[in-house]
Amino acid sequence: MDTTKTTDAPPPTSQPPANVQKRVNRGATRPGDRVFLGLSRGSGILLLVIMAAIAVFLTYRASLAISKDHGNFLTTFEWNTNLVPPSFGIAVLAFGTVVSSVIAMVLAVPVAVAIALFLTHYAPRRMSGPVAYVIDLLAAVPSIVYGLWGALILVPHLNGLFGWLDEYLGWTGIFSWQGGAPRSMLTVGILLAIMILPIITNVSREVFRQVPQMHEEAALALGATRWEVVRMSVLPFGRSGVISASMLGLGRALGETMAVATVLSPTFDIQTSLLDPGGGTFAQNIASKFGEATQDGRDALIASGLVLFVITLLVNGAARAIIARRKEYSGANA
Amino acid sequence: MAKRIDVSGLTAYYGTHKAIEDISMTVEPRSVTAFIGPSGCGKSTFLRTLNRMHEVTPGGRVEGKVLLDDEDLYGTGVDPVSVRREVGMVFQRPNPFPTMSIFDNVAAGLRLNGNYKKSELNDIVEKSLKGANLWNEVKDRLNKPGSGLSGGQQQRLCIARAIAVEPKVLLMDEPCSALDPISTLAIEDLIGELKERFTIVIVTHNMQQAARVSDRTAFFNLAAVGQPGRLIEIDDTERIFSNPSVQATEDYISGRFG
Repeated sequence: MDTTKTTDAPPPTSQPPANVQKRVNRGATRPGDRVFLGLSRGSGILLLVIMAAIAVFLTYRASLAISKDHGNFLTTFEWNTNLVPPSFGIAVLAFGTVVSSVIAMVLAVPVAVAIALFLTHYAPRRMSGPVAYVIDLLAAVPSIVYGLWGALILVPHLNGLFGWLDEYLGWTGIFSWQGGAPRSMLTVGILLAIMILPIITNVSREVFRQVPQMHEEAALALGATRWEVVRMSVLPFGRSGVISASMLGLGRALGETMAVATVLSPTFDIQTSLLDPGGGTFAQNIASKFGEATQDGRDALIASGLVLFVITLLVNGAARAIIARRKEYSGANA
Repeated sequence: MAKRIDVSGLTAYYGTHKAIEDISMTVEPRSVTAFIGPSGCGKSTFLRTLNRMHEVTPGGRVEGKVLLDDEDLYGTGVDPVSVRREVGMVFQRPNPFPTMSIFDNVAAGLRLNGNYKKSELNDIVEKSLKGANLWNEVKDRLNKPGSGLSGGQQQRLCIARAIAVEPKVLLMDEPCSALDPISTLAIEDLIGELKERFTIVIVTHNMQQAARVSDRTAFFNLAAVGQPGRLIEIDDTERIFSNPSVQATEDYISGRFG
């Protein structure tokens, strides 16, 4: 748009040829500017080169594996890379990854938003600072520690919950339980929910804190209660931020490896019930098989990693689309 | 419907800092009262005590009485939320809800207060936008976001939102200070119309504005920085601007001060 503007109405000053003016406008004539320009441009290009290199590597190795795959890469329910020819498919992994992450999101997002709202709009100031600090600490706990806690503490305590779910919701099929060890997709989902809770909470809290005072006063002056202020001003303003926060959490849940590997009893099939042990996720499968895999086996695992990469991209794209769709209503342009 | 405001012995604090001290005044229904005074004299703080918005600020508290007709806004058991439903407010910077359409902005207060049928809402929104002299400019884009309007239109949208719930009193905190002269004129004309229906209190830094729109003018001042603001005098606007009874008022108005 700026270029058309320039051609339509050139500035009153006499205009040197375009390429000369371009150089003048950059202002990169002083040594400091030139160095900084070189550094920042170089970093930008380096980033693109690294991304491209990863993509090329993944795609190349993945294509090697897929071309040897005797089964259907998308639908086969087995992972036998030692067979000749090998036969493997990602259906089970994709299902497990998506289901466990969705469970984690369903459990974590409402709680995280509630905690963030409590800290920013209900808790006394003296309390919200320390609590936020503790949540920050939670985000810094290594995932293997969550995994150990999950295996040693969480799993043994889930029998009661699973029994209850089976008794009252077992008829749905999703929550039926045959009494196996509670090392199922729901267990993974619960553990992932706990792990992604801090990051979603903290980002949401930052967003809610930035709600302009004048938006909240607008609601207050109309006679809104505290909850109505939250509903009318805080949540709409924070909406895109909460979506971004959730995507950060989802990214962590999709890629989580050690914690999943520690609490899940992996099998290469799909359980219709969330409570029956079995299933697997991309990251967990790679971690548990990579060490003993042959060359073909590694390529196959890399191919599954590529699929995870694509799923993550799709999820991020969807989140951006949701944010962009109501951009003109977003709080940012007020 | 408009109600009289009767303030007696009102003192407001921010934490331990006393912002205004011992203010008493009466505001007649269906009139415009302007608050003038130098920055920091507490006129905005005082305005915000009239709908209990002052206590929203951390540490904000109030002593004294504010009677709306006969009801004490600070009486025991009085819910500040219900006070604010009776005493509407327009702010310095236009603050329509950015995520809501023009229609939803005007309907926001109504939706808080109860259940209205769609047709009732339509009627009230139209009436309020007409009352705020905004209807002709927005009637074809009621579903567009309110944040897409110009500053002056946004401020009139906020006025429409405030009057949609039929408050008894309308408080305006420097409503024109962020607006250009033409938008300011539009708001001033509007204030003249609104006073037929509401009791209006307006804080302004613009003394010509106070002289143009108000029936009564109150002058606030503070002895020194850090001292609480006080009401110096309140009188008919004509009187204040021609022959005030306190020397400080005359100094302020004639520009020899502040």
